Amino acid sequence: MIRRRLWQRFILHLDPILMAELGLLMLISLIVLYSASDGNWGRVGGQLTNMLVAFCVLWLMANMPLHYLMRTALPVYVLGVVLLIAVALFGEISHGARRWLDIGMTTIQPSELLKIAVPLMMAWYFEKHEATLTLKNYFIATLLLLVPVFLIARQPDLGTTMLIAASGFYVLFLAGLSWRVMLALLIAALASAPMLWSVLHDYQRQRIRTLIDPMQDALGHGYHTIQATIAMGSGGIFGKGYLNGTQSHLDFLPERTTDFIFAVYSEEFGLFGNLILLGLYLMVIVRGFVITANASTYFTRLMAGSITLTFFTYTFVNMGMVSGILPVVGVPLPLISYGGTSLVTLMMGFGILMSIHTHQKLVKT
Amino acid sequence: MNRRVELKNHQREIYYFRLRLVLSLIFVLVMLFLLLTRFVYLQAIRHSHYQTLAENNRISIVPIVPNRGLILDRNGVVLAHNYSGYTLEITPSKVNDMEAVIDELAKLVDIQPKDRKRFKKLLVESKNFESLPIRSRLSDEEVARFAAQRYRFPGIEIKARLFREYPFHEQTSHLIGYIGRINESEIQQLENTEDAANYRGSDYIGKTGVEQSYENELHGTTGIEQVEVDAGARGVRVLSRTPPVSGNSLVLTLDAKLQEVAEKSFGNYRGALIAIDPNNGEILAFVSKPGYDPNLFIDGIDEQSWSELNDSPDVPLNNRALRGQYPPGSTIKPFMALAALYYNKRTPSYTISDPGYYTLPGSSHQYRDWKKGGHGSVDLFKSIVVSCDTYYYGLATELGIDNIHSFLSQFGFGKKTGIDMEGEVSGLVPSQEWKQKRYNQKWYAGDTVSVGIGQGYNLVTPLQLAYFTATLANDGVAYHPHLVREIKSSKTGESTSLGTEPEFDLNLNREHLALVKRAMVAVTQPGGTAAQAGAGAPYEIAGKTGTAQVIGMKQGEKYIESQVLERHRDHAWFIAFAPAQQPRIALTVLVENGGHGSSTAAPIARKVLDYYLLGKIPKPLPVVDEAGVEND
Repeated sequence: MIRRRLWQRFILHLDPILMAELGLLMLISLIVLYSASDGNWGRVGGQLTNMLVAFCVLWLMANMPLHYLMRTALPVYVLGVVLLIAVALFGEISHGARRWLDIGMTTIQPSELLKIAVPLMMAWYFEKHEATLTLKNYFIATLLLLVPVFLIARQPDLGTTMLIAASGFYVLFLAGLSWRVMLALLIAALASAPMLWSVLHDYQRQRIRTLIDPMQDALGHGYHTIQATIAMGSGGIFGKGYLNGTQSHLDFLPERTTDFIFAVYSEEFGLFGNLILLGLYLMVIVRGFVITANASTYFTRLMAGSITLTFFTYTFVNMGMVSGILPVVGVPLPLISYGGTSLVTLMMGFGILMSIHTHQKLVKT
Repeated sequence: MNRRVELKNHQREIYYFRLRLVLSLIFVLVMLFLLLTRFVYLQAIRHSHYQTLAENNRISIVPIVPNRGLILDRNGVVLAHNYSGYTLEITPSKVNDMEAVIDELAKLVDIQPKDRKRFKKLLVESKNFESLPIRSRLSDEEVARFAAQRYRFPGIEIKARLFREYPFHEQTSHLIGYIGRINESEIQQLENTEDAANYRGSDYIGKTGVEQSYENELHGTTGIEQVEVDAGARGVRVLSRTPPVSGNSLVLTLDAKLQEVAEKSFGNYRGALIAIDPNNGEILAFVSKPGYDPNLFIDGIDEQSWSELNDSPDVPLNNRALRGQYPPGSTIKPFMALAALYYNKRTPSYTISDPGYYTLPGSSHQYRDWKKGGHGSVDLFKSIVVSCDTYYYGLATELGIDNIHSFLSQFGFGKKTGIDMEGEVSGLVPSQEWKQKRYNQKWYAGDTVSVGIGQGYNLVTPLQLAYFTATLANDGVAYHPHLVREIKSSKTGESTSLGTEPEFDLNLNREHLALVKRAMVAVTQPGGTAAQAGAGAPYEIAGKTGTAQVIGMKQGEKYIESQVLERHRDHAWFIAFAPAQQPRIALTVLVENGGHGSSTAAPIARKVLDYYLLGKIPKPLPVVDEAGVEND
């Protein structure tokens, strides 16, 4: 009886549909990781640990009442921006980018924190000014977005920059930014594209060039793309079968447990497997949209919408990159790629989503 | 009021929000559909294309180079073999700063300046992606030292492979030849043959000697391995394998011991020696002195050794036996005698009185005999025994150049012998036609006179002369001279003997032959020109000495050996076969600048005959060269 109550308390704020979908994706993650790491249980075990940690974070977020969450928006955002400035000043350089901050015990990557902090801050800001929204408020919200985006862009970290910019843009869009302004922004963006090109680092430009013609640098920058498309294409409709991917098992695929894990999956399970995976992602997104549509406050609507759309963006950018229609940027495949940090961030988002859904249900009843 | 507006706004807001949410969903669906299209394109439409690419990625066809066949002498002594060892190889395309890397390597492995030079030469000649040896024959210690530091040297690896080795070094150099790295022009030649595929993966090819002429037998058939490779092109697993077939082994006609005896008998002299079994044309010894160490050439010779060999006045790289053309001198006399008998210009009993010179009718020009004052009364028998020049001046004049040309041509003068080795030259037997063509001059009677004693336009190679001698020994039945006796199949282990059918029969008169042969036996007996060399032999040696002029003597000038520069001294010839009645060996010795055939060439022949017929190994031969310094 007590046990049953405890269980009910435990699952009270968890959304069963979302949980099932996330669980399935993570199961696929473990299965593919086993193959991608050439049967290395260590990798699978490591990811399992990551998942447990991430689940704890999800549970905590799901159980956190929304007004607490709103209260954290400003301090977390400020902390994030301060850390980003600290990175810019004292950060550690690794692989030519300044992304990490050494805080004694361990190194942290503050940009990860901003993935949640930015939409949180913007949603909080819009909620606060809900009654009297003018263009000025959109402008300030945009500034709130651009400051961290600028800081991350100059680290440089193209993938995270894009994701955070997208999450912020989704908030602006859902907050009701007028179509005319968006059109103007779009035109401005297109107009500034040549200028942007000149601001990009050489390696970033190279990545974009490589996207257009991977063969021009087949053993250098184009190598990832070429090998990944070969893996996918040779997988065919039904795939080469689990553990039988030659591209991955013979070491042709780089980063195959992290950013390029989709190529491993795709090679072994084929178009058929891709359909299933796309379907699963779509189900998560649809569930996110349902939660968003039912959210009762301005803040929760914006937050839930942004989280869902950002999740989609993650998926699209990664799959687009692996299948060779987007440049190679370091974005992992959500819930599947090996790695704790992005998993924790994602689950934190889903925790917030569940909190939004379950807490207002409680309010309603 | 205020509150109502707010509520109204709120509902509108929800409406707009949901509208935008629906738009977002449509956006999401469109984008996911875009991805799906891409997947369909890659995995359904272009599937076979990518499948091929993946297979190509994965499967690499690796040629397996067959082991080269061995070369053995007639008794099974190994003359060329393979041994396994390690090379240090560099793939130039994977190395940025070659000099620095080699400097680093030199700290671990002994790399001499000559290794560097040789490597640089290879680098120029080869393609960038091949791996090239910088050092071969690494010691176990060097292998271990490098292996421990290997991670520091990308693009550099140790390879185990078979090395060719010629254990007899200089002694067999001119007949075995050597293999060397395949060069650009050889690649192009191979491209045009059916063998192109068989040489995929082969680095070496026969360059000279038997290694070259029997390349097809020795090389073997290249095997193929389909290997699954990883991105680093390392083999992971063998998918299928067609094993290589080793090259066939050659059993030569050569007697290695005889070769050694012959070679050593030369001491410091330059020259050539060919010994043939007259009964079948098998070459028993094939010497061209000086030789060179063929082992130097296998991986590309270093510059210093090359210039030493190439610039030496002794031209050790010249195969004198095969390619050296010399006037036959008096060794032609037995053949001339046979011609005169054949054309009935001389009878055995026809005798001349030799005053020591010969004059053409109506001319005062004196053609001198080698012996001042002449040999007195000389018949055909004696003309050979004492090598009377005057006799042959007249004989040649009466025979006429047309007959001489026709008879000698039948023997094979002026033609390649067809030995199983490349690069042979044909020598020369002059004719009126030839002189007209060559010099645009008509043939003079005087030309015929010097042809009679093997000077003038006549040219033979030591190999040719040995072949003629063998034919003579065998009573006019000629056998192709050849070096390979059997080919041992590596597949079946069976040996195929190479045919020893007679090439032709001159159908010479038995009595003529017997007379000439008897005279040749007398040459090596007291009173003959080679009496000293023949002294005490328990078997009969039929021989003939000869001297080939290096510089012409003016009329009335006297040739005094001691006053002539060493390089201008005459070449010494000696031809012989023994035992005279049942010849088992026929040979030709040429000693460059050796002076008279009797003093230098004949003793060498005697040592070879003694070993071959009696098994007698010459006493440690303290060979004394011109300066009186002992050499071995």
